[in-house]
Amino acid sequence: MGRCILFITTDQQRYDTLGCNGGTLSRTPVVDALAAAGHRYERCHPSSVVCMPSRSTILTGQHPSAHGVWMNGVPLPEAAPSVAEELSRGGYRTALIGKAHFEPLLDPFGLFAENRLGASGAFSEPGPWFDGTRGAHRGFDHMELATHGAAGWLHYSKWLQQSHPEAVPMYFRVLDDDLNVSAAGGADTGAPQAHRNEIPREWYHTDWVAERTVAWLEALGADDDFFCWMSFPDPHHPWDPPASEVARVPWRDVELPAGYVADADERASILADKPSHWSRWYRGELVSNYEAPAKWVPATLTADQVREVNALNAVEVELVDEAIGRVLAAVDRLGFTERTDVVVTTDHGELQGDFGLLFKGPYHTDGLLRLPLVWRPAPVAGAAASTVTRPVGLVDLAPTFLSIAGLGAPSFMEGRVLPSDDADAARRGFDAALTEWDSALFGTDVHLRSVVADGWLLTRCDPSAVHDGTEGELYNLGDDPLQRVNRFADPACGAVRDALLERLAAHDAREVVASAPPGPLVAPV
Amino acid sequence: MSAMATVRHHVIVGVPADDAWRLLGDPSRVSEWFPGITSCVVEGATRTVTLATGLSFPEELVTVDGLQRRFQYAVRMPIVRSHLSTLDVLELGARQCCCAYAADADPAVMALVIGGAAALGLERAKSLLEGN
Repeated sequence: MGRCILFITTDQQRYDTLGCNGGTLSRTPVVDALAAAGHRYERCHPSSVVCMPSRSTILTGQHPSAHGVWMNGVPLPEAAPSVAEELSRGGYRTALIGKAHFEPLLDPFGLFAENRLGASGAFSEPGPWFDGTRGAHRGFDHMELATHGAAGWLHYSKWLQQSHPEAVPMYFRVLDDDLNVSAAGGADTGAPQAHRNEIPREWYHTDWVAERTVAWLEALGADDDFFCWMSFPDPHHPWDPPASEVARVPWRDVELPAGYVADADERASILADKPSHWSRWYRGELVSNYEAPAKWVPATLTADQVREVNALNAVEVELVDEAIGRVLAAVDRLGFTERTDVVVTTDHGELQGDFGLLFKGPYHTDGLLRLPLVWRPAPVAGAAASTVTRPVGLVDLAPTFLSIAGLGAPSFMEGRVLPSDDADAARRGFDAALTEWDSALFGTDVHLRSVVADGWLLTRCDPSAVHDGTEGELYNLGDDPLQRVNRFADPACGAVRDALLERLAAHDAREVVASAPPGPLVAPV
Repeated sequence: MSAMATVRHHVIVGVPADDAWRLLGDPSRVSEWFPGITSCVVEGATRTVTLATGLSFPEELVTVDGLQRRFQYAVRMPIVRSHLSTLDVLELGARQCCCAYAADADPAVMALVIGGAAALGLERAKSLLEGN
């Protein structure tokens, strides 16, 4: 018997939503306890701030410029590298329960396995593996899938459609009549994608994901080694938790988040100091991608809407924490706890009111970049608890999982095993984390490269339909933790800027083993 | 964002243009190369396709021009307010051609979805035509 891995992700969750990271709005005692017993990372960045590229990075251990999934709507090639394939070959039982999203969700032609599995009710189908053999799709013996509501063909949707059809229309309707991400407002304040959902809690996708995970764990043998990716769709918008739970966090009592700039003139001034795409989106003049409602103008966002979105988000975070608690109780009941590593993170953040904005897009500041990451090693490993302040990335997860399993990282993986503490991080040179953005939609493209290092965050805006190649962002995270003062053009910061630009140039020029070309954009999400 | 959008994809295929046209320009052979279309029935100027998801809908065959090697069709279903797809096979040499597929649609998302599936289809067609 080896060590098992319970890998828990949420979708679009900010660093500061966890109690262990200083959050006060949500109660997250379960993850806080994991953090207290293990490693808590204070500066974990994604390789992309949208779902499909980021999730593909988690699976492959590669940055988007290597795995080819440069934006939502670009499918990860079926035979792409997969840490689940490596673990399966190493004898692990493997599952992904909840949101996968390596393939487009909007798939009327039925092109992709995730939708096919849900539609047929199957939990696996054979597919090509990276090593040239064939096996379960992407290396998962069991895929039981869900997304943010009841539409579509995934397993949760089919279950709800068949078992509780009356609940299907209770969810927020995510797409509008133009099939765009809906800008419709609801709940009490009319905030976009906020909605009162009368669905009973036990039918909500968070509890379904936990229940199905427990069912899969219960079917394991006591001696099995497992890798279980439990992937909650929340707290990604729409913000429509079960109405029965909303009173947990009364939105009228919510303090405006630190990143929100209440004065409209000051807000506009701060945005104007950033590259032009920030202000253009704020004013409703730019739609660069599908990740936010195309018809929503951020400048219309009110303070009360920010309060309500944060409250509903906090409710969803609490429900996830409680669901994790139930799964950990099952892990314990089944006798796996001593040899099970638990890793908790998310795929990217959420602006959630920062600078008067919601959702996500080519906006590389802490709301989207700084992620919760907790690794509670298996108690049998005897690891000491720690806080890691040096930068790490989601790209480091795949080699970490293989290390837990006693397997080496293949050469195509670009990350490294996560450090156990700052001394380990310093010894092994963890001093930077990189994030990429590439979008191209109907004649509008945006290309960003960001690096966090030495207490600074730099973003380079490459030439595109939006930028001329001279713009960028540079923030001192020490004296400007909310990233309000862009020092990219400040002569006093020229040396810092140039050194960080050199790091990005080195990233661009790196040699990649087994890279895939940028794939075709075949759907909006 | 404009309601109408256009998307274009192409592949270079190492076969004579006439060979590519025989596959891509034949409305009844679409299920051989366009992924997700499991069957089709052509009756006059209408082609009814059935998808792997079970969806079935009619398409109007707008242009089948063997001289220009241009094929155009339009999806007819309520959610698609307007659509025209254009497939051109352009001769590049005795044994090389360019197969280009453009989708213009309202709502814009449909251009992405139809054009995106066609992009995967062009790769499949290339593989079929080149015998890989």
